[in-house]
Amino acid sequence: MKLAQWQEGFRDWLTTGSATSADAFGDRAWPGLTVYQNNYRTQLVTCLEVSYPQLLRRVGEGNFRNAAMAHIDAHPPRGWTLDTYGADFVDTLVALFPRNPDLHELAWIEWSLSEAFVAPDASPLAREALWSVNWDEARLRLTPSLRHRVATTNADDVWSALQNDADSVPDGEMLDVAGALVVWRQGFHSRLRRLDADDDAALRLAIGKGHFAAMCDTLVMRLGEEAGVARAGALLADWLDAGIVVGVDD
Amino acid sequence: MFTPPPPFSGYGLGLRKEHYRDFLDGDVPVDFVEVISENFMVDGGQPRDILRRVGEKHPVALHGVSMSIGSADGVDIAYLRRLKALADEVQPLFVSDHLSWSRVAGFSSHDLLPVPYTEEALALVCRNIEVAQDVLGRSMLFENPSSYVAFDGATMSEWEFLAEMSKRTGCGLLLDVNNVFVSASNHGFDTHAFLRGIPAARVRQVHLAGHSQGPGLLIDTHDQPVCDDVWALYRTAMSLLGPVATMIERDDAIPPLAELLDELDIARGLGTVAREAA
Repeated sequence: MKLAQWQEGFRDWLTTGSATSADAFGDRAWPGLTVYQNNYRTQLVTCLEVSYPQLLRRVGEGNFRNAAMAHIDAHPPRGWTLDTYGADFVDTLVALFPRNPDLHELAWIEWSLSEAFVAPDASPLAREALWSVNWDEARLRLTPSLRHRVATTNADDVWSALQNDADSVPDGEMLDVAGALVVWRQGFHSRLRRLDADDDAALRLAIGKGHFAAMCDTLVMRLGEEAGVARAGALLADWLDAGIVVGVDD
Repeated sequence: MFTPPPPFSGYGLGLRKEHYRDFLDGDVPVDFVEVISENFMVDGGQPRDILRRVGEKHPVALHGVSMSIGSADGVDIAYLRRLKALADEVQPLFVSDHLSWSRVAGFSSHDLLPVPYTEEALALVCRNIEVAQDVLGRSMLFENPSSYVAFDGATMSEWEFLAEMSKRTGCGLLLDVNNVFVSASNHGFDTHAFLRGIPAARVRQVHLAGHSQGPGLLIDTHDQPVCDDVWALYRTAMSLLGPVATMIERDDAIPPLAELLDELDIARGLGTVAREAA
């Protein structure tokens, strides 16, 4: 048997565990093949458990293990690093728990926090750097660790309660008004925040490399002249302090 | 052909998260640390910062698990370039991986799967090593893995394969004494024949670890102290190889640092005896 064929047979054994795929290796190989099969699945389950610790606590070990097994069967690993293996676990959760957007958003939070943890480094922008900015042309440059999505549930409250071992963890609930979830890294610490619709509209413009002036216009349109301008200034100050803004292009 | 790194015969530990604080804040009595390369092949953040700071205090060896040097598909050039960037930054004592494969046809097992010891596999592994060393611009070390399946069509022993691989490519060897013990037990070969069969001058680093008894097979779990049988084999290895950089490798059930340093002292003592006897 050629090496490539032998290796593809080994892959088939790992991914299917079928007796047919094991037969090609002979009877003597059976005990060893079961070791490799066990190592393969155990490692991937552990990888998902490490990637989604609060989701595991939320759904319980049995449900999580069933989801992990379904994911492993449907998504054999492809990348060179296990760190990326859980990236599409949310797809499996959507299939298994279609009526639980709180779980989907909880999974997004955990995955985004881990991605942000090792995202490229970027220094926060010092306030002094803003003195000479041409604000008519200015576009904010945001940290490469920033992750953003629509929030429809209180998954962030659930995550925070679980992460802090709170005495009570809230039930999953739909938000009255959709907002956004934002994750980024400040220094070496990953951060999570929920935004209301106004702040989300401003951040979307910044993410889309829109002009800061357009961001101000949007907030003025939503909040009125005085409140809109004030909110734009407050947001800029907050994003600077939080390390979300790392540069201004003008 | 690449020039191998100068001989180094210190004693080190695998750097694990549980001990980051000890290494950053204290003066840990080791001659080097070894890290899992892939854990630091990230874009940024705290892992790279920790590696940089620990690297200011101790020489670092990079030990990979994902090169898949035995893959019939060849080596992953993008992976190698990422590893090269890390190696260029760290300037490691050694860059090592395993004589194993994990990737085929877009699938990656994330396990160290066995290479059949055949002429076809030898030629392929040597070709892959040459590509890897060429991209990295340095010699590598390759470790003998623990294995649980032997290939019926093998035409040479593991040590014959390692010796020829090293001869053809100029690569060094990372001798994992525990893996020799585990594989010998699982496949019924003579551990001393293995140690006598590998080219002593090519062995640049030694791993020591613990294993567990599985159903009918020994399993390389790295979650136990080094057992007496492996210490005895290490003593034999040192008498045959002379002083070689040696480290304790623990990846699970990580004990307090002091326990690993006690194990490392045993290795240091055995290595010193072997050196004096040589």
